[in-house]
This record gives sequence, structure tokens and C-alpha cells, in this order.
Amino acid sequence: MTLAERVLDGDIRAAARLMRDIDDRFKSAIEELKTLYPHTGNAYIIGITGPPGAGKSTLVDQIVSAYRKKDLLVGVVAIDPTSPFSGGAILGDRIRMNRHADDAGVFIRSLATRGALGGLSRSTTDVVNVMDAMGMDVIVIETVGVGQDEVDIVSTAHTTVVVMVPGLGDDIQAIKAGILEIGDVFVVNKADRDGADRTARELTTMLEMKHPDPAGWAPRVLQTEGARGVGIEALVEEFDAHHIYLKESGALQRLIEERNAKLFADTLREELFETVFGAIKGNGKYDEILAGMRDKSIDPYSAVQEVMAGRAFP
Amino acid sequence: MAERRIRVLVGKPGLDGHDRGAKIIARAFRDAGFEVIYTGLHQTPEQIVSAAIQEDVDLVALSILSGAHNTLLPAVKEIMKEKGAADIVLMAGGVIPEDDIPGLKAAGIAEVFTPGTSTETIVGWVRDNITPHA
Repeated sequence: MTLAERVLDGDIRAAARLMRDIDDRFKSAIEELKTLYPHTGNAYIIGITGPPGAGKSTLVDQIVSAYRKKDLLVGVVAIDPTSPFSGGAILGDRIRMNRHADDAGVFIRSLATRGALGGLSRSTTDVVNVMDAMGMDVIVIETVGVGQDEVDIVSTAHTTVVVMVPGLGDDIQAIKAGILEIGDVFVVNKADRDGADRTARELTTMLEMKHPDPAGWAPRVLQTEGARGVGIEALVEEFDAHHIYLKESGALQRLIEERNAKLFADTLREELFETVFGAIKGNGKYDEILAGMRDKSIDPYSAVQEVMAGRAFP
Repeated sequence: MAERRIRVLVGKPGLDGHDRGAKIIARAFRDAGFEVIYTGLHQTPEQIVSAAIQEDVDLVALSILSGAHNTLLPAVKEIMKEKGAADIVLMAGGVIPEDDIPGLKAAGIAEVFTPGTSTETIVGWVRDNITPHA
């Protein structure tokens, strides 16, 4: 049996191995993903993002518990940063959620960013697709701790949750562009701390300044204490409400279309680059270009045009 | 392009709460270019093996300072066998008497490092002994 067939058969080790092949960019993984693709599109995908230390992993742990109580199968993709120096990584999101490790209804996978800048890893969408094909009802993606501009999660998740904590800055931070524009649900976690109400109020004010579309989704700000499980029930109800809104308004279909377009474009971009770059590296053209740039006999812009025009690739 | 990166699970089974050593090893592995899944304290053998399978690691490195190594380490290896994951290498470090090491090795623990071992030695052992899954 191929890996993909074993995944569809419920083989956990096969799924884990395939995710690794995807992450390590094995060509064989492409063939397996082809087989799995028709079996995807059933899971509800939640993206959790926010700054480092906001309590994302702890919230994910609680969200997993809440969905397990409803007897749903849950996949988790947790992303942590790769060291720019060694290429290694410490993936520590499991510390907060490993009590679910031996629950057969939960599959948790840690991924390293491996140089990707948008808060996810390059492999995230494909790994989510494997979990989807495994039959997970809900998939929770936890991004790396983000600053202001890492917003790739929006094009991957159905519901994007922005987790903030009290005391991260004044209200001008809340009106800047970036991650505060992308939330479908906002969470002020560690709500037992001083300033939680104020942070929630500032976020609410910021959200109310958006031109409200009466038929659209109006994001709300919820308060939680992840470590004690306070506010989790209301949070999951909010996810359900957003999911229903997406389905009934037709927004879900639009999200899916956007996600499909992005997956195609990303795949094409990578394939093109690997094909062209591999070819010019193989036939010596690449070294020629670098030598030309060294003595300024060619500029990179002309070199690229020349490569493309000459179809110096098979 | 396609290239395997070594993935290691670092964790602490059982009840002792001393995670300094585990964290230093995790850090040394990171600096060696490995991807380290750090599961933290108080893990049961079942949790460790399930996590190792889901994360598709090549190596499980456990730190034990509680004295329960003769029970916990063979238990992890046994569960690996039950779950069809006996190929994942199991290594341990901690306060483990020399006299116990032959028994642990007989139970399938590939290597045991005791206090005073340098991180270079441990990283070197991993490089020499771990071939990532094809």
C-alpha cells in the first residue's frame, strides 16, 4: 500500500511519515498528496495567532478538550521558529497539550518554520490536508508567535483567532495595520491580569471603527483564562457561530476558492523555481550569471529575462 | 530540496521535576541543527510513544533523575514495540548507576549518558548513530 492509502486506512505512522516527507520536500510526497486531495475539504479549520507568550498553546489545549467533549476528532498543527543559524528548532507547543497525546481522537504535529516568514511553514497547508484526509473534524493551526505583519494564517484557516494579552501596548497599537485586521474572533487571554478589561475595550473600539457591513460578520472580543479553562465554552460557541455564518453567507465558498487559488499559485511558483533553478545550476548558466554579476558585465534583471527567454530549462 | 532533518523528542518521564538537563540537551540539539520536540515534564510512557509516533521522530531522548529508570525506560521501549514503532531509537540520560546500564541496554535502550557527559559527546553520538528514516 502507498502511504496515502495507509493514511486513508487510518494508519497513524503513515500519516506522520507523509507529513515528514512533505516537510522535507520529498518528490514522492507530491504523488501521495494527489491521492489524498479528493478526500480533503471536510474539516473545519481554526487558526490561532498572536504574540509570543500570549498563551496560544494553552488555549489550543483547552479548545482540543472542548471539541473532544463533543466527540469530534481534532488535529493540531503547531508551528515554532527555526533557528536562522543552525537550522535546528525547539518545538515546545506540545508541552501545553501533551495530555492529549494518548487520546486516539487527537493528532498533534509540530512544525518548524524553516525560514518561512508569514507565521506558518511552507508545508502547513499540505499537512492540514493530510489531517483533513485522515478524517479530522476540526483542525487547529497555531502560528508561531507573531508581531504585526505575519498574516498567512488568514488564507489557510476558516476562522482566524487573534489572541492578545493585557499590557502589550497602548491603543495606538490596536489601530495599526496587520494582525489586528485579520481576526474573526479576538481573545484577551490571561484575563485575570490587570488591564484585561481595558485591552478588551480598546480592541472593541478599534473593531467598531470598521465600517460595519450589516449582513457581515462582526468580530467580537472575548476574555479567557487559558490556564484555568475560563471562557473556553463561550469561545468555542463563537467558533460555531462563525462557522455557521461562513456556511450560510456563502463566505465559506469564497474562502475555499481563495485557498485553492493560493495553493495552486504556491505550488506552481515552487515547481517553476525548482525546475528553472535546477536546470541553470545543472548546465552552468547559474555560475556564468554569478560571474557576470561579479564583474558587472550582467545585471540580475537581464540575466533573469535571458533565462526565461532562452528557456534554458527543459 | 529534499533532505531529511533529524527529529528528536526530548522529554521527562515520571515524577521528578528537574528539567534543567533536558533543556540543555534540547538546546544543544537545536544548535546541532536538529528539530527538537520538547514535551516537558511528567510524561507517561504512553504519552511519550504517542508523541514520538505523531511527530515521526528518529530518536527519543529521555532525562530521568528520579531513580525510576529501570521501570520507565523499558516501559517506553515495550510500548514502542506494541505500537509498531520499535525502530525509533531510545536514549536516556540522568542519574543512572553504572550497574544498571547493562540491563537497560539489554532492554533496548541504545545508550545511557551519566552526569558529567559533555553536550558535544551526546550530539556526536546522535550524529554517529542516528540515520533519519529514508
